[in-house]
Amino acid sequence: MSQQTYRLAVGGHIDRTRPLSFDFNGKRYGGYVGDTLASALLANGVHLVGRSYKYHRPRGVLSAGSEEPNALVQHGTGGATDPNFRATQVELYDELVAASQNCWPSVSFDLGAVNSLFSRVLPAGFYYKTFMWPKAFWKYYEYVIRRAAGLGRAPDAPDPAYYDNMHVHCEVLVVGGGVTGLAAALSAARADARVILADEQCEFGGGLLGAGEQIDGMSTDEWVAQAVAELASMKQVTLLPRSTVIGYFDHNFLTIAERIQDHLGPMGTPDKARQRLWKVRAKQVVLATGAHERPMVFKNNDRPGIMLASAAQTYVNRFAVKPGNNVVFFTNNDSAYGAALTLAEAGIKVAAVLDVRAQPTGRLATKVRDRGIEILGRHAIAAAMGKKRVSAVEVMMLNESADRLIGTARKIACDLVCMSAGWSPAVHLFSQSRGKLKYDANRSCFVPGDSVQAERSAGAANGTFSLAACIVEGHEAGLAAATDAGYNKNASVPKAPVRQEIEEAPVDPLWLVPAKAGEHTNKHFVDFQNDVTAADVVLAAREGYRSVEHLKRYTTMGMGTDQGKTSNVNALAIFGQVLGSDIPDVGTTTFRPPYTPVTFGVLVGRDVGELADPVRRTPMHQWHESKGAKFEDVGQWRRPWYYPLPGESMQDAVNRECLATRKAIGILDASTLGKIDIRGPHAAEFLDRIYTNGWKKLAIGRCRYGVMCGEDGMVFDDGVTARLGENHYWMTTTTGNAARVLAWLEEWLQTEWPELKVYCNSMTEHWATASVAGPLARKLVAKLTSDIDFDPDNFPFMSCREGAVAGIPARVFRISFTGELSFEINVRSSCGRALWNTLMTVGEQYGITPFGTEAMHVLRAEKGFIIAGQETDGTVTPIDLGLEPMVSKRKDFIGKRSLSRPDTQREDRKQLVGLLPVDAREVLPEGSQIVEKVDDKPPVPMIGHVTSSYYSAYLERSIALALIKRGRSRHGETVQVPLEDKVVPAKISAPQFYDPEGVRING
Amino acid sequence: MAKDYLRQSALAHLHLAALGVDDPDGAGVVLCERPFRGQLSLRGNSADHEFVEGVQGVLGVGAPLDPNTVNVAGNITVLWLGPNEWLIVTPDGQETELVERISDALAGQHFAVSDVSDSRAIIGLTGIHARDVLMKGCSLDLHPRAFNAGSCAQSSLARCHVLLHQINEIPTYDIYVHRSFSDYAWRWLEDAAREYGFAIINQSAIDVVTQRSTRKESPVSA
Amino acid sequence: MLLIKCPWCGDRDEHEFSYGGEAHIVRPRDPEKLTDDQWADYLFMRKNPKGAHLERWVHAHGCRRWFNVERDTVTHAITAVYKMNEKPPRSSKT
Repeated sequence: MSQQTYRLAVGGHIDRTRPLSFDFNGKRYGGYVGDTLASALLANGVHLVGRSYKYHRPRGVLSAGSEEPNALVQHGTGGATDPNFRATQVELYDELVAASQNCWPSVSFDLGAVNSLFSRVLPAGFYYKTFMWPKAFWKYYEYVIRRAAGLGRAPDAPDPAYYDNMHVHCEVLVVGGGVTGLAAALSAARADARVILADEQCEFGGGLLGAGEQIDGMSTDEWVAQAVAELASMKQVTLLPRSTVIGYFDHNFLTIAERIQDHLGPMGTPDKARQRLWKVRAKQVVLATGAHERPMVFKNNDRPGIMLASAAQTYVNRFAVKPGNNVVFFTNNDSAYGAALTLAEAGIKVAAVLDVRAQPTGRLATKVRDRGIEILGRHAIAAAMGKKRVSAVEVMMLNESADRLIGTARKIACDLVCMSAGWSPAVHLFSQSRGKLKYDANRSCFVPGDSVQAERSAGAANGTFSLAACIVEGHEAGLAAATDAGYNKNASVPKAPVRQEIEEAPVDPLWLVPAKAGEHTNKHFVDFQNDVTAADVVLAAREGYRSVEHLKRYTTMGMGTDQGKTSNVNALAIFGQVLGSDIPDVGTTTFRPPYTPVTFGVLVGRDVGELADPVRRTPMHQWHESKGAKFEDVGQWRRPWYYPLPGESMQDAVNRECLATRKAIGILDASTLGKIDIRGPHAAEFLDRIYTNGWKKLAIGRCRYGVMCGEDGMVFDDGVTARLGENHYWMTTTTGNAARVLAWLEEWLQTEWPELKVYCNSMTEHWATASVAGPLARKLVAKLTSDIDFDPDNFPFMSCREGAVAGIPARVFRISFTGELSFEINVRSSCGRALWNTLMTVGEQYGITPFGTEAMHVLRAEKGFIIAGQETDGTVTPIDLGLEPMVSKRKDFIGKRSLSRPDTQREDRKQLVGLLPVDAREVLPEGSQIVEKVDDKPPVPMIGHVTSSYYSAYLERSIALALIKRGRSRHGETVQVPLEDKVVPAKISAPQFYDPEGVRING
Repeated sequence: MAKDYLRQSALAHLHLAALGVDDPDGAGVVLCERPFRGQLSLRGNSADHEFVEGVQGVLGVGAPLDPNTVNVAGNITVLWLGPNEWLIVTPDGQETELVERISDALAGQHFAVSDVSDSRAIIGLTGIHARDVLMKGCSLDLHPRAFNAGSCAQSSLARCHVLLHQINEIPTYDIYVHRSFSDYAWRWLEDAAREYGFAIINQSAIDVVTQRSTRKESPVSA
Repeated sequence: MLLIKCPWCGDRDEHEFSYGGEAHIVRPRDPEKLTDDQWADYLFMRKNPKGAHLERWVHAHGCRRWFNVERDTVTHAITAVYKMNEKPPRSSKT
């Protein structure tokens, strides 16, 4: 195991009593609990952690947080592997395994780096320009390009972890647990508001963790600990560390991805979710998301060992890691001087501080100077040297207007460069909330403008960078949020903390270090992750791009997994410089969720496997299962499809089930059909308006088939409705439309006809339904029933009776979907299984055969009965289906007027017909197109399509239903059905193949 | 009414009785099926005094007029489902007679009362983490500041429509779910409860256990 | 996800509701008397404004009641909720 030679002897928020070992790129290293993968690698002197996306340049750790563009690793192994994890965020655990991405065969020797030699010929838009010709070849180019450029790999096995979701409501959601967020949460919670405080790090405190500063006479660590302890003691507060607020949506709905067990590695608790998505509805939001430091844009600024000044400070303070031994700072503002002091105090040699400003005079600069550190005003790094690690920098002077390097270059040896080009408030969530940003020229950054939703930004996220001011602003924001949410008990803001403010000199933006005379800026990286250089941005401007959104798409700037957190402002400032526009006029690109990448798992939650979608079961479901039924999904219902006996194929089983029903008796579980109870003095009038046919004259105890249309005249659903009493009807709907039909009825009653006195209630789930069909059906039902007269004259087709079947109170409907004598027996669902059992037991002597939906489809198709959604598709009228006799001429109904529109009156509309393939063994695929004849050349006019098609065992031939133009006048004619490998001739017929006179159904 | 041996509860196929315990000691979440209760759907005009009084006369308790509240009197519970819709819950076996009594009392009015006892399965959920379980799949604000004993609401739980009724402050809930979805709902609840440690309790024991806990932990149920 | 205030149940998540299109489109009393164009206008033509829109929603997974909403189609801000038999807020143009 390699030594942690860059670990400081004392300090840091690490637990030195708990050493860990881990594996990076196949090599063992050591670290401590409290480390991130990045800090542990740096402690071991490892700076080279990955290769860039396009040029495969060696890259190191740039930051210490979620904004990291470079240090992306493949984390974990097998099914539990995740790509694109930021090493700066991955908490170290024992036996962690991670590897560099985007390099082959190794990060140290990467073949793809050959691209880098061609960077002059791989500029922005290169792929668009080059591989678009010839157009058809893109599919070949794409294959090669996608292999060469890509970040990480997806796991090739199922993820063993599980993920879940949690809905939560609060008065105040505070995003960010730095001092601002802690102050905001304290003030809101003290006012008794329900507060959620979420922070992406494993502990609260933000950038101040381990810093040696003072607040109110306490160290920052003490101040943070006290605040967290108070919050933890209040039961209206939910503290969510390791939780990134990833999205800010409409009406203050935000999502938080919590990493519950990631830091435990694969050895976490199996009963707990690995990650959880919190879905938060907050009355008020406080955005205390801090700010991101910007890198300087100079030649080879992407070399490992070049990092943000604040990151280096964090590695020293929080992780007790020396990111180098000999550092050069390069800044345009005062904050880097604080970092320089921290590093110097940790024993790191500060070779020089280069400042863009001519005369750095701030207090911190003075302190640095007092330590004897050389400060070079109006100087810049002209280029970094070294390949896999920075070894020196070439320093030159800037001219007055900072657009040219002048004088002679001086080389300063170093193994670390810390840069700071100023700070960008993390306005991502504010922007997602649809707030518009405004540019603050004094602070050279975008800050939140007016709020659109119920939120407020505070602290660094608001462009306020001094510690004391952040605390005050945090308290004020928290209290204001609680007050706006209706909570202001004990409301007061604590007095401003006592802290000696450090006067800061203003930042002097330098967006781009000019190239040396005769050189280009094509090694001046703006977007590290996507390998976008200053030259690319300049090129885009030169080629006529003016919109920053176009710049983004053309150069891919800001499109990586980091979404350009460190690069966006630099890029658009450079773009503005070339265009001669001010930064506010250039504007920013749109920030979109998620703020940082998240696993698919956490978004999906428990919607996986058997929980992904409910399986609706009838009371007889278990019987079907026990008989080996094959099931079919009908909406969310799982219905028996067919019941194969040992050795039977599906066709065998369906044939047997059909024949048994035609010749003896079949039984179908029809519990899934929608059943709606309709009551009220206007029930008949209401049905008259809903259905195409009339209902007022239907006798009590009788049933009628009805078709309902949308207002456009197209068939929407059908079914049998019975009249149970003077003002009481019982409507059945197709299985898949049950909920939709009830909603449809309610919509008309509530929104259009509130004067109608009608109540509709769903009865679908209260009743179980067994349908027995076949010539022996009456015998069976009569045998089990003593209080219903089954004589055909007294219980005719299309009527209903109440009685006790098999000792169970039942409603029996004599209706038929098979064309056979048939009874639908409805009993309370709790008795459905008992009814079924009895029917099966007693029916055995009659050869009762359970049949599934497939046989049902065949039987009804033989009879020419339609299925809404199969023969209809939202473009079919009742008249197209040949149901004209059911369409009332006298009364109005929904859709009636549409049936006389020119389009519905067209003579060449598709009409329902039967279709008999000339070869009786040929079963046409459903959906097949029908043509007059097959021409040699397209286009071949299509005249219709097959809607249903089966082999009919009873008829010993194939049958089909089809919609064909003018079909009704074409019975007897032959049409062609072109299939993939042949053309099948078929004869048009009437859409009834079996018992067209209805002898059996009425028998 | 059919003989008892002919009846099966919605979750009978899960054989919960065989898995149930009487004392769910230490479980953060306790689940059971509450099978066989009479349930009636009642529709009528709540602005009509005759209707309101007619219902009160039969039930001994009014249909709640405040949205998402529950009225309880003796062994009758009336849950608000909509401004003209309620669910009346009675002990098993009383539903048929109650339909008749309501129909008689409201004769001549425009109303609808139907026996829907088998439409919904009822799952009992209690325990110190009962609320957390629901929060995993339900977007309602179930915090005591917003939802209390005596509150009810229709919403969705995971991917099915539910009617939630909070019984007490433990909290204990009755979850009404359409019968065909009850198998899914049960599996989902078991899955969501796993991290808190859950027990299946004998349905006869749940009321004893919840009453005991209410006394012990939550004296504020008034 | 929108937060919609059902006139009966109060604030609920959007997923409990179904959208019902533009509000205040009245079904013609006697459709047979309408010309094809007039009927097509009722059937198909909708406002689709940028800004305030009066529209219908139903609390499908709650109390099953229909009601009207005034929603800004740009910002999704909901500025009014009113029952079916109530008039739209005075500020809005129908």
